[in-house]
Amino acid sequence: MKRLLAIGFTALLSFSGALHATEYKIDTAGAHAFINFKIKHLGYSWLYGRFNEFEGSFNYDPAKPEASSVNVTIKTASVDSNHAERDKHLRGKDFLAVDKFPTATFKSTSFKALGDGKAELKGTLTLHGVSKPVTIAVSEIGGGKDPWGGYRQGFHGTTEIALKDFGIDFDLGPASQIVELTLDVEGIAQSMM
Amino acid sequence: MPAKNTAGRYGWLSMTLHWSMALAVIGMFALGLWMRSLSYYDPWYKDGPAIHKSIGILLFLLLIIRVVWRNLNIRPDDDPALKVWERITAHLTHIALYGLMFALMIAGYFISTADGRAIEVFNWFSVPATIYDLPEQEDIAGEIHEILAWILIVLASVHALAAVKHHFINRDTTLLKMLGRDAISASNHIINKKEAKQ
Repeated sequence: MKRLLAIGFTALLSFSGALHATEYKIDTAGAHAFINFKIKHLGYSWLYGRFNEFEGSFNYDPAKPEASSVNVTIKTASVDSNHAERDKHLRGKDFLAVDKFPTATFKSTSFKALGDGKAELKGTLTLHGVSKPVTIAVSEIGGGKDPWGGYRQGFHGTTEIALKDFGIDFDLGPASQIVELTLDVEGIAQSMM
Repeated sequence: MPAKNTAGRYGWLSMTLHWSMALAVIGMFALGLWMRSLSYYDPWYKDGPAIHKSIGILLFLLLIIRVVWRNLNIRPDDDPALKVWERITAHLTHIALYGLMFALMIAGYFISTADGRAIEVFNWFSVPATIYDLPEQEDIAGEIHEILAWILIVLASVHALAAVKHHFINRDTTLLKMLGRDAISASNHIINKKEAKQ
């Protein structure tokens, strides 16, 4: 009975709210989501890499953007910089220490719409066993029906983190202290059924 | 000294292979440990691993030559004073050392070629990747490479200590055969010395 009530209540909420005030599952299955990073090499060029395996979801209601939230869990061992020896090093104790810290997570704490499709997403990034607040500059790319009967919503985000803030202190040189993260997510609306 | 082995001693080719590889194995173990401790701005950060990989490939070629040469040759006789268990463990150790070296070098090759890149050997030639892009290839190959390196260096130390023990304590011809002395004349010499003392 309790359960029935709960379902009814949830259904009521979803229908009374805006049309798509709903949960989106990040489309990692279809690889329409990317966690990319770049860091300067010696200060002379940009090195790009990405995390291939992660999962997550977000809630988004265009009518109530401040109620938005995001959760992402990243498998740190999936780091890929297109060079096996470097990736092995990145997974080792000098950097990600993936045996000890197999996952990194991001949990949002606030979302502030700035207008014009821009927003400021704050949250806690846990990486290398260290949790720190980060602010992600978000822009909405688009949303709408997909050709296969679903509903999708996509965002782009960027932020910067200092490696040593997360206890990663292998010295890559003065120009290589900061990692820029570029996050692209496309969520598929989850039906309430 | 002949290139081929005789009943009394190893020939110069076997000796050269043995001692150069002994030196290389110890050097590679030290280099392997050291290069991983280097900081990113160390002048050896790039060259250390490049030399390690180059020597590794050359060592693999030497190992093939060595095993072929071993099978084309007679093995010098064991010192007659050796007990049966000593002969058996010595020979099993030799086989294990060959097997370990092969496995160790193949594992190392699988680390560096895990993404399909070739291994450059001193800019002389390169060895292409064969099996690559396996899941976690570089990590698994890396663990195997490290574990086998430790086993090899321990077993090689046992092998060397046994040779030293036979030379200085048993005073037999085991080590002399790998140092170019003919065991048959050497053992006569040892017998003569013992007789002279009596």
